This record gives sequence, C-alpha cells and structure tokens, in this order.
Amino acid sequence: MATLQSLDLQRRSATSGTPPAARKTLEVAKLIDVSKCIGCKACQVACMEWNDLREEVGEVTGVYDNPHDLSPATWTLMRFTEWDNPDTGNLEWLIRKDGCMHCSDPGCLKACPAPGAIVQYSNGIVDFVSENCIGCGYCVKGCPFNIPRISKADNKAYKCTLCSDRVAVGQAPACVKACPTQALVFGSKEDMIAHGEERVADLKSRGYDKAGVYDPAGVGGTHVMYVLHHADKPPIYAGLPLAPKISPLVEMWKGLTKNVGLLGIGFAAVFGFMHYVVNGPNRVSDEDEQAAAKLKGDGT
Amino acid sequence: MTGSHYRDEPTTVSRYSAAARVNHWVTAASLILLALSGLALFHPSLFFLTGLFGGGEYTRIIHPWIGLVLLVSFAGLFLRFWRLNLWERTDNVWLGRVRAVLAGREEELPEVGKYNAGQKLVFWGMSILIIVLFVSGVGIWRSQYPFLRETLGIVIPIDQQRLAVLVHALAAIGAILIWIVHVYAALWVKGTVRAMMRGSVTGGWAWRHHRRWLREEVGARTPRRPAE
Amino acid sequence: MTNSWTDIKNADIVLVMGGNAAEAHPCGFKWVAEAKAHNNARLVVVDPRFTRSAAVSDYYCPIRAGTDTAYLLGVINYLLTTGKYHAEYVKHFTNASYIVKDTFAFNPEEGLYSGYNAERRTYDRSSWDYEMGEDGFAVRDLTLEHPRSVFQLLKQHVSRYTPEMVERICGSPKDKFLKVCEYIGSTGNGEKSMTIMYALGWTQHSYGSQTIRTAGMLQLMLGNMGVPGGGVNALRGHSNVQGLTDIGLLSQSTPGYLAMPTDREPTLASHFANRDFRPLQANQISFWQNYNKFYVSLLKAMYGTAATKDNEFGYAWLPKIDKVYDTLQQFELMHQGQMNGYICQGFNPLLSVPNKNKMRAALSKLKFLVSIDPLETETARFWENHGEFNDIDSAKVQTEVFMLPSTCFAEDEGSFTNSSRTLNWRWKAADGPGESRTDTVIMADLFLRIRDLYAKNGGAVPEPIQNLDWNYVQARNPSPDELLRELNGKALADLKDPTDPTKILRRAGEQVDGFAQLRDDGSTMSGCWIYSGAYTEAGNMTARRDNTDPSGLGVHPKWGFAWPANRRVLYNRASSDPNGKPWSARKQYIHWNGSRWVGPDVPDYAPTLSPERAAGPFIMNAEGVSRLFARKLMAEGPFPEHYEPFESPVANVLHPKTPTNPAARVFKGDMEVFGTAKDFPYVATTYRLTEHFHYWTKHVKLNAIVQPEFFVEISPDLAREKGIQNGGWVRVFSNRGSVKAKAVVTKRIPVLKVDGKTVHTVGMPIHFGFIGETKKSFGVNTLTPFVGDANTQTPEYKAFLVDIEPLASGPAVS
Repeated sequence: MATLQSLDLQRRSATSGTPPAARKTLEVAKLIDVSKCIGCKACQVACMEWNDLREEVGEVTGVYDNPHDLSPATWTLMRFTEWDNPDTGNLEWLIRKDGCMHCSDPGCLKACPAPGAIVQYSNGIVDFVSENCIGCGYCVKGCPFNIPRISKADNKAYKCTLCSDRVAVGQAPACVKACPTQALVFGSKEDMIAHGEERVADLKSRGYDKAGVYDPAGVGGTHVMYVLHHADKPPIYAGLPLAPKISPLVEMWKGLTKNVGLLGIGFAAVFGFMHYVVNGPNRVSDEDEQAAAKLKGDGT
Repeated sequence: MTGSHYRDEPTTVSRYSAAARVNHWVTAASLILLALSGLALFHPSLFFLTGLFGGGEYTRIIHPWIGLVLLVSFAGLFLRFWRLNLWERTDNVWLGRVRAVLAGREEELPEVGKYNAGQKLVFWGMSILIIVLFVSGVGIWRSQYPFLRETLGIVIPIDQQRLAVLVHALAAIGAILIWIVHVYAALWVKGTVRAMMRGSVTGGWAWRHHRRWLREEVGARTPRRPAE
Repeated sequence: MTNSWTDIKNADIVLVMGGNAAEAHPCGFKWVAEAKAHNNARLVVVDPRFTRSAAVSDYYCPIRAGTDTAYLLGVINYLLTTGKYHAEYVKHFTNASYIVKDTFAFNPEEGLYSGYNAERRTYDRSSWDYEMGEDGFAVRDLTLEHPRSVFQLLKQHVSRYTPEMVERICGSPKDKFLKVCEYIGSTGNGEKSMTIMYALGWTQHSYGSQTIRTAGMLQLMLGNMGVPGGGVNALRGHSNVQGLTDIGLLSQSTPGYLAMPTDREPTLASHFANRDFRPLQANQISFWQNYNKFYVSLLKAMYGTAATKDNEFGYAWLPKIDKVYDTLQQFELMHQGQMNGYICQGFNPLLSVPNKNKMRAALSKLKFLVSIDPLETETARFWENHGEFNDIDSAKVQTEVFMLPSTCFAEDEGSFTNSSRTLNWRWKAADGPGESRTDTVIMADLFLRIRDLYAKNGGAVPEPIQNLDWNYVQARNPSPDELLRELNGKALADLKDPTDPTKILRRAGEQVDGFAQLRDDGSTMSGCWIYSGAYTEAGNMTARRDNTDPSGLGVHPKWGFAWPANRRVLYNRASSDPNGKPWSARKQYIHWNGSRWVGPDVPDYAPTLSPERAAGPFIMNAEGVSRLFARKLMAEGPFPEHYEPFESPVANVLHPKTPTNPAARVFKGDMEVFGTAKDFPYVATTYRLTEHFHYWTKHVKLNAIVQPEFFVEISPDLAREKGIQNGGWVRVFSNRGSVKAKAVVTKRIPVLKVDGKTVHTVGMPIHFGFIGETKKSFGVNTLTPFVGDANTQTPEYKAFLVDIEPLASGPAVS
C-alpha cells in the first residue's frame, strides 16, 4: 500500500521528526463490539475480497478459527474462546475479531529501521508501505499485539491497513461495511468512544458489571477499540493483552540506546582526535632505536 | 639481523606472519562492513549507508552473512592470539598507570610483552562481544527462523527476540567503541600500522612499547647466557 | 413469517428456538441486534447446542434435539397455571371458547386421538371438530368454563407437561426452563411482545409442523400475533424459497397455496365443493370464499383463451394427484424403479435428501437425469467414483446424465421473495459464463421442443401442453418482467365496479391492482393471486427502493411489495382489542378511528368494517378467530403432542406404546433401517454453518478458506469417554451408513440428563461433499433417516441416532 495522497503523515518510521501536517484530519476509529459479534466472518471475507488476499484452504484442527492465525494473506481473523464464567457458571463463547489495533503509539513504527516503511496518518491509521519495507521483521518485535506477519513470497510485512485507501475517500473499512449486526462501527474516535460508552451502559443493564471499552492507554490509545463484556479480563478474549505497551526492551533499544549509542561512538571518535591534538603522536625516538639495536647487538 | 648497522635504517623485528595479517584484515573488513550496515539500520540518520550495500533490503540480507564471516575469521585470530593475551600481574600495574599511557610517558610503565593490558582488553572485549553479537544476531535473523525451528527445534519467543535486538545493539556499540580505541591506538602509536601491513616493526618501536617482548624475541634467537 | 425482518426490532423478547438465526441468517439477525440495542430487548435461545445465537443471547437453555413440542407445551402449561397469558386476547381472538364435539377424545396413556387406524397409520378426523348449533354456527362458551371448550381441553391436555416432565423429556434443567418461561410470560399482557424466530430446527422432524403449531398457539396465548414485534417467524433458508412455496412448486399446491386437484375431484365444481368456506359465526368474514376467483384466474393464466366457462377453464388439464409427490415419495418411486427420468433444477438431492446410499441407488436406476444448475453438483456426478466419499462402480451405471449450465442469481434479473413475504426485484449484475443460459430460457426451449414433438408426433394427453398459454414477446425467452406481470394478473375484459356498474375499474388488458379485482367468470387472469398488486399499471412494485418508514416501526411500505396486498404484519387487526382500541400505546399498530381501520400498515381486515359487528380478526379462518384447536387440519391431531423422533435415545415417557408420530408416513424398508439406542446410543443433529450456504459455497474459495472441512462436534465428556482427540479423526455411523470426519471437541455441546439417563449429542454441519473447493467429504445424509413430517414430509434431519469411534487416520483420498 503506497502512502495516500489525500492523507497526511503524522509519523514516519526511521525518520527523525515528521513535520506537522498543514491540514487537520479527523481522528478515526473502528469499534468492535464483541458483545454484538456473532462470529460470522463476513469481515474476514470482506477483507480478503477488498484487499485481494487468498489464504490456502486449510484443515479443521478442532476449532472454528479458520485460517488458524493471522498471515500475510489474513489481515483479520475471528478468534473463538469457550469460557466458563465462574460467577454465573454459564458457558460464554467469546468471539473476538483480531487484527491491527492502529495504536496511537505504534510499536511497529517505533521499531522499524526503514524510513517510511511504516507511517501513521494524521487520522490515526498506521499503514505499512511495502515499497519501503526491507523485511527485517522488527515491526513484529515492536508490536505489543502480535499483528504483523512477514510474507514468504516477498519478505515484506503485512497487516490490516484499516482500509486506508477506502477511508481516504470517505468510505468505511470493508470489514465494517460487511458486518451484519453493527458489531463493527467506524467513525471519529470521539464518536466511537461515546458509542462504546452507550454499549457499555447497555451491557451493564444486562448484568455485565465489568463491561468496558478497551482503548489501552499503554499504547496511547488505539484506533481499533473493543467493547468487552468483561473489560477487567481482556486475556480471556483469546489473549488480548491486559495492559499492552511497547516492550521496555524495544523502548530502550529504540530510545536511549539508539541515541546514546550513536553519541557515544561520536564522542569516542572526537576524544581520540582531541587526544591526538593535545598529546601529539606517540613516536619512537632515536634512543629507542639505539637501545633496540644495542639489545639486538648484545644478542648477536 | 640486517640494518642494525645503519642509523637511518633501524633494526626491524618480525611481529605478524602473512597468514595472521590476512586473517586480521579479513576480520577488519568484516567488522567495518558490519558496522556500516549495522549502523545503517540502527539509526535513521545513517540509513543512507544502506546505499553502500544496494539498498535497505540487501543491507538486511547481507549483514548477518558478513557476521558469519566475522565469526569464523575472528575465531582464527582468537586461536592465534589467545595465549599471548592471558592476563599477567604487570598488566594491573600498567592499567594503574593509564594516565602515563595516555600521556605517552612509557618510561613510567612496566616492560610490556607482545601485548599491553589495553590491547588485551581490546582482544578479550572483542572476543566476548563477537560471541554476544553472534548469539543475539541469530536471535533476530528472521529469515533463518524456519531453519532453526525445523533443524534444531528452536523457537525464539518474542520477548527473547526483543532482548536480542537490544543486546545486539548494545554489544555492537561496545564493539564499535573498542574498535575506535583499537584503530586510534594504532594511528596514535606511530609505527604500529606497519606491523599489520608488512608484518614487522622497528626495533625502536618494540623497545619503546613492548620491551619485554623484544627481549624475549632477541633471547629466543640466542641461547640465554647464565645470569649475570 | 407472519411479521417481517424489520419488525423484529420492535420485539421485547426474542425467542430463537428451532433455529440459529445468528449462524444461518446473519443478515436478518441484525434486527435482533437492533431490538437489543434500541428496544432493550432480551434474547433467549433454546437449542441443543450453544450456538452463535446463544453466544450473543441474554439467556440460554439447553434442550434435547427433537423435544421442542414438549418444551413449548410446558411453557403453555406454565402460562395457564400462572395466569400469565393474555386472557382477553385468548377469549376473543382464539377458538378457546369453542365447544368441541363430544366424540372427540384423546387417550393420554396411548398417546392417540379418536379415530386412529393403526394399519393405515392415519386418522379419521371427523370427530376433531366443533359442536355445531342449530343456527349452523359453531357453539361457543365465552366463560371458557365448558368442559369441552377448547380452553378446558387444552388446559387438561398440557397439564401433563409440568416443569418436571419437561426436564424428564427435554433434559432442560427445571430452573433454566422456568427462567425461560418467566421471560416468555413477561409478554402476555399487550404491553410487551415476543417474536419467535425458528427455522429447520423445528421443521425437519417427523412432527415438525406440530412443533411450529405449538409455537403459534403459544403466541396466541400471549396475544403476540398481529402485533409489532410479535409473530411466528420462519426464517427461510434460501433467498427465494418463500417464492418457491408461494408459486406452488410443492406437488400438493398450485400457485398462491391453492390446492392441486386430487383424483377425487374430477371436475372444477367438485373441487370447489370440497372447499366450503362458509363462516362459522354470524357476521363473520371468511376470506377464502374468494377461492373460486383465484382458481379461475389461475386457470386463465395457464390456458389463456383455451380456458372457457364451458370447459371449466381447462381444469381437466391439470394433473389430479392420488397422493403427495414430495421429494421422499419421488425418490422412493425412483428407488423402486417406477420413476425413470428426473430433472433437477437448482437441486442437489444426492446430498440434500436423506440416506445418500439409497439416493445413489435410486439415481442409478434412472434412464436419464438432467441437472440444470450453475454449479456441478454431486448429483450430476453421482456416477463418478470418488473413493470412500462416493464409492460407486461407474461401469454399472446406465443413467444418461445431462448437465445444462444455468446462470446464477446475479446473472439474471427477477424477483426474490424473502422470509418477510416481500418481493424484491433484483437486476442483472453480470453475464453468465460459457454456455450458461437462464433457467427461463432453458425451460422455454424445453417446452417449445416438447410442444413441437406433440404437434408432429401426437401422443397421450397432449392438451395440457398444447393449450398452455405461451404469449410472450420472445417465445424462447420469456422475460422476468413479463412473468411477474402474468403473476400479478390483468383484466381480460372491462371490469365493472360491482357496487356501481357504470364505473369501470380496469379496462381489458390492464394490470389488476390487487386480488380484490379478480373474478371467477374468466374475465381476469392471475398466475399467483397473492402476488396480485406486485406489478400494477403503476409499474413494478417489487422494484421500489424507497426505504422510508413514517411510523418508525420498520414497516417500510414503499420498499418492494409484500404479499398479500403489501401487508407487512399479518393478522394486524389483532393489535387492537375487540373494540378497535390498541391493546397498549406501546404496541399500537392498526386501530379503528371511528370510521375505518388505520395505522402504518395495510389492515388485515375489511378496511371499513366496524368493530360493532364483532367479526373476528382472523378473517382467513371461517371462525374469524385463531385456532388453539386445529380441527381437522393436522395429520396427527388437533392439539400437538410430544412424540419422539423415529430414532430416539429414550422411551416416550408419556406413552411408551406410541413413542413416535403415529401418522407419519414410513416406506417399507425404511422402518427396518431405523437404528435403536442400544446400537446407536448418541443423538445426532445436523445444521448449517454461517461460513457456508448449503452445498453451493463449498465451490467458492473464500468460503472454503474460512471453513475448509467437514467436522463433527462432541462434548469433552464424550470425547474423554471414547478417547477422541480434538482435531482427530472419527467415524460416525448410523444404521444407514458411515462417515469419517475431524472431531471438534467443544463445551458448546451440552451433556443432558434425560429421565435419569445421560444423553450425548453429536453435531454435524451439512455443507460438505465431494465436489468443490473444500476438502472432500461424504455428505451427512449418508446417515440420516428416510422419514418426513406427517403433514409436509420434510425429512427428519434434526434428530436421529449414531455411534462414534476414534480413528487413527482419515479417509483414503482418491
């Protein structure tokens, strides 16, 4: 996916400082209401159709998750979990649509060494720009949600684009368009949070006391949010992270280490130069040569 | 020994064999290429260096293979030199007088063998860092994950991958710093470079910087007389 | 559907039972989501499996497959014992007050009604009727106290279905059952309404019609018929299967649910004489008195000018059936070698009719088989050996198979009739591939060639073919537009207003406005009376796409055309009390404004008939009220009764001597291959998956990607007991056949305690076969029993017996 002319960049990978955009764009978000999702996979199929992706026809392995994982050809995936609610004794079938969360503070973008391979538009969408991708896989290491996948065919990273191409021209993402129950809705982040709060109130009226909107602060909030019936336990939804944030290892690597390291190297070089300027070269004197000759002479 | 009769042509002492020199320069070249390609992917301001390797993708592909060359090549150096770099008591004294070293007042230092304490630190530092770089490098060499998984049954968890990139970066910085010390020392101490270019140093160089080595070299050529 | 998809948003309680709307009707399910989100509705799911619908429900109650009648009768018993039913509605709008003949009886020990003939497995239904007064009208007792009133008989009948009995039969824990009753009972007051959404989970049983009837009775008890957010709503499984039944493709009906003549009705007069629709109450309207007008208009549509008053409008040319020729009957005849040619149009019987081995044997006896289909079906390739999946010796098959490729829905225009009875016109999106032709072109071509052959060579009974009206602009390509106009009907002569003969309603040749203008004198024609109004002089009503909804009640009167008469909620007069006042402001829909019936929808009533005349709201019934007691209309009894499936894991605890439907038709040879619980201890049930549509989408890569392979679902308990691994291979076998599948071990299959016995369920999705993009499979109909519902002959796919065992490896792939 190339960068889109009609969307301004807010951040660009491996680029020191991205100038602010002249235009103001509305911050967008997709809200996934897990409590309304029936797991029909229409979103998955719409995603494959719009983005022209075709995964291999697989096999049944004992679950409904097909394909079994995200892949370069599967950018979104329904993950099914059978959960016994210890409070009610009832079985709950939790169905979560997995895919890129479009973090405000994207770990992939932070980790990416290739300038402009990962961009964040001013509307919040995080997009991979394949032509700049060098296939190192650092985005995988940077992502706290385990989303990017590297293609075996071209060694480039792929993930949900939030249909940036559609959004750029005023359309909702393909998955949202296909959702029959409005479990997926798309709009301004502000509206989506407000809608999410309404949904949470409804869920609380149905006995889900811990219902809530999942918009984790650890990554600065996301542009794909969830309404969860059990917002206090995100991990029961097929391992949704409890408090996701960019790994401190990645933060250290791409924060302190990157800059202090380079500075240190530069400093060492400068120190050497200065040492030379101050002390001059360490030369061998004639006396040394004579002493050596003498020593050797003694020896012969 | 020739040349000792002429004041203008100092005596020379052989320091490195041709094989050792080739080994060193292969290592050096690898290290420089690794540093350039590594730095290119390390800091955005240096990404332009990928141009030296044919672009970002080629840089990503080539870097680990050069790393393997370095590993093998450095292993050669290690086998050659590890005994000579074993730590001795005088090395502590030398280190304690590092101000004198930096000021070039070597008369204040104890007599040094083939390698001084600084050189030994460079040697051991590099040895350790290269192992660390190799291990952490494998940990982030994504294109070989299938190989690791299928032949060795090794799957690297994501947190270890993250640790690997951090460690790799830190180790690389360390290695580059040591490299800077190493190169600067060679440039600062005149007459050093020829050791790796021509294999020999002048007697004066050896007398000034590695007197004990010189004595040993000389002594080795003539049966030592009884103590005076 | 009595109501419509969009009306579901008005419901306060949504009961999904005998269906899995979220799974099989995800797009329609949006209206459930809407009801929950904006009407604070509660979704209650009762199902043998914890389904996708259950996943988003407010309450789930498990049930043993095939025991829904008992469950619903238990709910009715709960309503009657707790008084949570809509008493006024029941009194005035149902036949609760009608007195039943004293010869009528039900023997609870035998489980049989009066009039049973065990040898013929049928009932003499003459006692199943009302006591008639001397005035010629049925006798009523509005106090409902009379011991032979329908109310008292019903009360007595359902009193056996206590919560304890429901638990014993259905395996539904009593507390859960009562909780469901509480939800349902909350709507029996006119203030709230409940919709029931069901599908083949109720239909595909040997007593499916009775289960659905019980649901209808339940809704009547609650006053939920004719009101917004109420009704009994059949979720049709194909985009146009409603259209299929409307247009009379079932052997026993002609278009518009008029009857196919039987061999006891040699003349039109005798046919009409058998259909006496005289009102059973004074002042009552009985709409079916118009039957003759619709029938004659249909005959005029079929035979055109050849149909005259003198020849009874060509009635003689209609086939006279001796019995119902449903699918099971057809394949039985084929299996016996009595039927030797077969045309499959959009039909894949090798996978969709029970007992695949019998199917294959039957197809092998044909001289010719024609498959008109956009896809290569398993049926068209039944002769081909696919290893274990279709093990046949091709050399021994003499059947000649013709495949006539047809276009698919997007490659042709026409109308779909959806579950809401709404006809939606659709436009062609693309040309069909290769040599495909539209179904109408194929049929027209076939017809014209056959007609030519008759003209040239003569033949037995040429009239039905020779006289068929074929007045299309292009004989070889009747356009969908022409066909819909024909279904709507037109005036053949100037139609004078019966109340004012000087006024002409419609000139000869003009489209009629609706079925009210149809005549029985041959001056009108209409191919399907209920579709009258779909294509008038104002144009194609089904192509309307104005989705405005002035009332906000999801009526959308200008979107497409809903039969009958563009009515979106049937029986909607019942949304007001006998005086024409809405039962409640919340559920106001159609009411009397002093001079006429008004509301957002087309009233299901005479528009200016004053409530003072006290005519009942259910004008399609001669009683004017709805029927809790079905009179003679059901094969196995006027009240529903719990019968076990023909293959059941337990005895019928109510009447062990009559465990199964005594009126269900079972062919010789099929009774013998029913399995018993001793050999096949587990209940099997079949169902759809949301990722697929029947046997079509397995040809589509995208669908195959998201659901690639056949599997069976079992509980962790059964898996442990049998040593079956999740994702491992198993063999599932019934007394008719055996299939191999991957096992999906899931807590979503509950283990039930039924009368003290542990009952395990094996769930099987139907979609997989040996042709297409998905992995090759056997077809679950390898296992299913060859028996159908006593009234509709819909096969019993939803409850039968199997055994299961683990396998070390999968089938050998050919």
